[in-house]
Amino acid sequence: MLGKGVVGGGGGTKAPKPSFVSYVRPEEIHTNEKEVTEKEVTLHLLPGEQLLCEASTVLKCVQEDSCQRGIYGRLVCTDFKIAFLGDDESALDNDETQFKNKVIGENDITLHCVDQIYGVFDEKKKTLFGQLKKYPEKLIIHCKDLRVFHFCLRYTKEEEVKRIVSGIIHHTQAPKLLKRLFLFSYATAAQNHTATDPKNHAVMFDTLQDWCWELERTKGNMKYKAVSVNEGYKVCERLPAYFVVPTPLPEEDVPRFHGHGIPIWCWSCHSGCALLKMSALPKEQDDGVLQIQKNFLDGIYKTIHRPPYEIVKTEDLSSNFLSLQEIQTAYSKFKQLFLIDNSTEFWDTDIKWFSLLESSSWLDIIRRCLKKAIEIIECLEAQNMNVLLLEENASDLCCLVSSLVQVMMDPHCRTRFGFQSLVQKEWIMGGHCFLDRCNHLRQSDKEEHQRQLSLPLTQSKSSPKRGFFREETDHLIKNLLGKRISKLINSSEELQDNFREFYDSWRSKPPNYHGLLLPHIEGPEIKVWAQRYLRWIPEAQILGGGRVATLSKLLETMEEVQRLQEKIEERHHSQEALQAEAALLLRTSARLSSLFPFALLQRHSSKPVLPTSGWKALGDEEDLAKREDEFVDLGDV
Amino acid sequence: MDRPAAAAAAGGEGGGGLGPGPAGGRRPPRVVGAPAAGSRQPSVETLDRRREGWAADAGLDPWSRQGLWDRLVELSHGILGVQIGAVWAGETKLGAPRLQLPFPGLAQGTGTFSLWGGRIGKFNSGVPIHAEVFNNNNKNNNKVEIQEEHKGYPSEAEADQALRDGNKLAQMEEAPLFPGESIKAIVKDVMYICPFVGAVSGTLTVTDFKMYFKNVERDPHFILDVPLGVISRVEKIGVQSHGDNSCGIEIMCKDMRNLRLAYKQEEQSKLGIFENLNKHAFPLSNGQTLFAFNYKEKFPVNGWKIYDPVSEYKRQGLPNESWKISKVNSNYELCDTYPAIIVVPTSVKDDDLSKVAAFRAKGRIPVLSWIHPESQATITRCSQPLVGPNDKRCKEDEKYLQTIMDANAQAHKLIIFDARQNKVASTNKAKGGGYESETAYPNAELVFLEIHNIHVMRESLRKLKEIAYPAIEEARWLSNVDGTHWLEYIRMLLAGAVRIADKIESGKTSVVVHCSDGWDRTSQLTSLAMLMLDSYYRTIKGFEALIEKEWISFGHRFALRVGHGSDHHADADRSPIFLQFIDCVWQMTRQFPSAFEFNELFLITILDHLYSCLFGTFLCNCEQQRLKEDVYTKTISLWSYVNSQLDEFSNPFFVNYENHVLYPVTSLSHLELWTPIHQNLKELLAVRAELQKRVEDLQREVAARASASSERGSSPSHSVTPVHTSV
Repeated sequence: MLGKGVVGGGGGTKAPKPSFVSYVRPEEIHTNEKEVTEKEVTLHLLPGEQLLCEASTVLKCVQEDSCQRGIYGRLVCTDFKIAFLGDDESALDNDETQFKNKVIGENDITLHCVDQIYGVFDEKKKTLFGQLKKYPEKLIIHCKDLRVFHFCLRYTKEEEVKRIVSGIIHHTQAPKLLKRLFLFSYATAAQNHTATDPKNHAVMFDTLQDWCWELERTKGNMKYKAVSVNEGYKVCERLPAYFVVPTPLPEEDVPRFHGHGIPIWCWSCHSGCALLKMSALPKEQDDGVLQIQKNFLDGIYKTIHRPPYEIVKTEDLSSNFLSLQEIQTAYSKFKQLFLIDNSTEFWDTDIKWFSLLESSSWLDIIRRCLKKAIEIIECLEAQNMNVLLLEENASDLCCLVSSLVQVMMDPHCRTRFGFQSLVQKEWIMGGHCFLDRCNHLRQSDKEEHQRQLSLPLTQSKSSPKRGFFREETDHLIKNLLGKRISKLINSSEELQDNFREFYDSWRSKPPNYHGLLLPHIEGPEIKVWAQRYLRWIPEAQILGGGRVATLSKLLETMEEVQRLQEKIEERHHSQEALQAEAALLLRTSARLSSLFPFALLQRHSSKPVLPTSGWKALGDEEDLAKREDEFVDLGDV
Repeated sequence: MDRPAAAAAAGGEGGGGLGPGPAGGRRPPRVVGAPAAGSRQPSVETLDRRREGWAADAGLDPWSRQGLWDRLVELSHGILGVQIGAVWAGETKLGAPRLQLPFPGLAQGTGTFSLWGGRIGKFNSGVPIHAEVFNNNNKNNNKVEIQEEHKGYPSEAEADQALRDGNKLAQMEEAPLFPGESIKAIVKDVMYICPFVGAVSGTLTVTDFKMYFKNVERDPHFILDVPLGVISRVEKIGVQSHGDNSCGIEIMCKDMRNLRLAYKQEEQSKLGIFENLNKHAFPLSNGQTLFAFNYKEKFPVNGWKIYDPVSEYKRQGLPNESWKISKVNSNYELCDTYPAIIVVPTSVKDDDLSKVAAFRAKGRIPVLSWIHPESQATITRCSQPLVGPNDKRCKEDEKYLQTIMDANAQAHKLIIFDARQNKVASTNKAKGGGYESETAYPNAELVFLEIHNIHVMRESLRKLKEIAYPAIEEARWLSNVDGTHWLEYIRMLLAGAVRIADKIESGKTSVVVHCSDGWDRTSQLTSLAMLMLDSYYRTIKGFEALIEKEWISFGHRFALRVGHGSDHHADADRSPIFLQFIDCVWQMTRQFPSAFEFNELFLITILDHLYSCLFGTFLCNCEQQRLKEDVYTKTISLWSYVNSQLDEFSNPFFVNYENHVLYPVTSLSHLELWTPIHQNLKELLAVRAELQKRVEDLQREVAARASASSERGSSPSHSVTPVHTSV
């Protein structure tokens, strides 16, 4: 009983399938897999990674179809991750190991991915933090990627329980020094990796040249220039070493307010209009200082208002848009919908699904982000205006709005490298405070700075096919970026007539995936990104459903067309038919689930999942429910 | 070039006329000659244009291997987008008797506007040339008819003719007609108050089939084309400030639209829009016949022949040693709402059947709907037992259910799914109905599925209309959807059907399904479970058979539930039961986009004609009545139309998973309100046409080469294996 093995009541002895995160070709896996299946599962450590503590005979519970099963194994904590080593991996079956994450395994939780840790004491769930007086029977870990793990410690030696629990709590909760983050030891230990082909990687925007290229690409070089005034971060630590400003702007203006009050170029559209951003000048009480500020800004505005520059529209994101707090609050509520402990909880949530979803306001926030981007595009595209985004530090909502605008307007940003470059340009070089917003250093006093800001961006592109990013992936965004906008929605004051006109005329044309793409933003059109959010919930998987089958059918057709074409080219007349070597996917698609390939099959039985929750009260329809449904004719009896 | 191209890509299905002349109206439902090619042409053109644009962008030859590949990949991404519904391609060709748009009719009439805010019919559809010809011919016919119609009232007829001749505009705005359709009134200067664009003035034509409103001054032409069958009631309303249009009517539709018209008082008194609408929208209340009996279209396929009960049961492997195909009901004497041919246990004598019939509401005895090809587990359907307050028993009925159980050697129990709420079933006992008790049926397990009655469903749909038409309150959209309970009921139905299918498939246990009378919830549940279990029903013809069998032949009371031709709009017997079923099917197609041979247009077309009364398929309440009314001989089946142009209704991504049981996920997070997705449809169609054309070209080329080579050599000359494309 103490050995590793499958226990529990499900009747099935099949072990859980791996879940997965990114893509590796199958042949790459097979070699790894052999090692794994060689008997005991060994801990796979990355270069520079160290084992800190471990416990054996831990039972990882699998919640499925409301029956509880578990797998015995070892729970370890390293300076990079928490990992569970069960011996279930030998049960992998081929179809499902086509895609597997090289770095993070199914049962690996990186320390920074841990969101909340709960302990179960006498059936009661409590949040764990700091020093513990009593150790729990069960450890529940909620991850930031919405996975939920249950580790039962009932069969583990007391000593080991203490060690692993306090180890995990310490390493996931104690404040850290930046230099102590794992990536530094990893980088030291695994130095040899460099980008291979310079043409095929994202632009990093860490050289003057990169910015010049970007200016050239967008034809912004007529009116804007790249400057190196901040080389060595002499002027401002938040600003990148190189960035772009209007050509006539005197470089000596930049240091005046440490880069504040300077219009910084983000992107130019084909018409020559540009999207600019500016961090606001510090708020001052002193009249004298205020006057100086005013004069400074007047000078700046004069520069950018004068021809050849178009009229500038200033968009103050700090006062007229979402607040960071709003976004954070909404996300905290929203994610609770998906951090599901068990089947019962899933169905209890499900019955209130729409109300809970609405009360989180998350989808509304997504819509407002998209709408703001469209409004700005209207100015750039239809009104030929420059738009200046203004924000306190120009590093939160500026990043969000500016990158959304570019994704919608610039097809280059919809390519794989283009998108990477965009993130690099707007978010990394744009000075988004990832460390604070994600609280990577776990400084509890900075709690209020944690914002899930980049999430709206990914949700906005809520295409589940990021993994399929090809060179031209415009169509990806089409899911959300559609064509119609309602005349009915939106309080009419808010959206001006020209905005609507712009939108209407845009959507009346056939969509060009290589040009401007605008999203549908009507209420019903903004949907939950199922592949991301419902990814780890077994109940939410549609066995044999989803897009896999459609995709494979399409691939099959493509192959046939290609083969036909080859036939023609080769002048090959033999009749030995175009037998479809049906794509591998096609043959297996009936067995894959709707979450493929982002999460592999987690449910073991092909039995349907049935709702367990009760029905909602009808309220005012109760009377109708009591009414006689169909007339029972007693006369016949 | 630009215009028609754009039209084909984005055009709705009734956007308006292409240029002058009456051609802009609806195309006849049947496509005579070479329809597909005609209507696709513009699409291809569009594609060419788009392709060129794309090629220019990418600097690639679009037809190079790489170019084609990229296009396909692009297509695949487009299709596989969040809007996976796009997969449900189908050609919304202009004018097929697509009378209104989706959802649950949420959308609207001519497809000029979509409920969800965007206009979809902004462009003219690519009107095939033959349509014009047809309409011209047709128009002449109309004139003849009109003259006949007005025989005896020469002055009126003359006046009418004068009006037509003297008013070019009115002529252009006249309605195209179906064979057999005749104009009852033409009124010019009517104002349609569109909830989306405001007031539009034009000519209104009322025929015995439709009301047709057209304005040719707008670009594109504005057309509102509503079959009268969809009208639930017509009311006069006060109209202010629309000039001298002093008179108004509001038309409430079964597909959830409300239409408002305003017109001059004197026009009204002379030609009687209100009276005409009331007369022809509710023919049965006015002693007239439904239009389906006058419709004279000819189709190459006879849809009445597609469902033959004996061959359907044969397909299922029946009769076998336990089950026989019985003609005991051939005169509808055993049960007047059942079909003539039923399947019952072999060993049960006809006398006993009569006793069972006496113990079941409306004589609806348990009969076989479906049998599992391997386990022999069966789905049988019936009505509630007439247990009554005194717990009456019927030993023939008890034995009958025991026989059903015994016919399946795999299980030692029988599951009875009572679709109703437990407490409602109990209440029914007091009224003479009830459910099977454990004492009387010791080997049976009774499960209540807790599904609400027809009144609750009607109310739910009413609420849905409130939140969705004409405007959506965006900020509260989700909670409003929640408040209608519509999706919750969809979920309950699907979950019930999944339970039934699971008992059959995994439990190998036979099930009996009933509600009260066994013609509403029972039909919903058995047909959904069969759709999950049997891939045949997921093909176009299989689905037609499923509807013919579980709904039409087993007496779902279509006439009563829809209220065909009757002005009793408040009739408590009306309820969107069939609509709910189609919605459930749609939800399944969303979850399993490759598992169904038909596309969304197919489902929408079925719903359109549920109301339109153009075809006889959904008329009457049961088979006996249909025979009595000569529906099979005097009307045309919807399937005649559908099966004459299967291409339009095919899902290009269909993969026939044979023997694969589909269990939809019955979570609200996976259910969606059915909203139209025309834009995507158009795009997909365009791409499909392109692909198709390309493949055909290739095939032709290969065939040509093959035959050339066979002439030279001696190889057999049949052409290459047909490529199974997305057609």
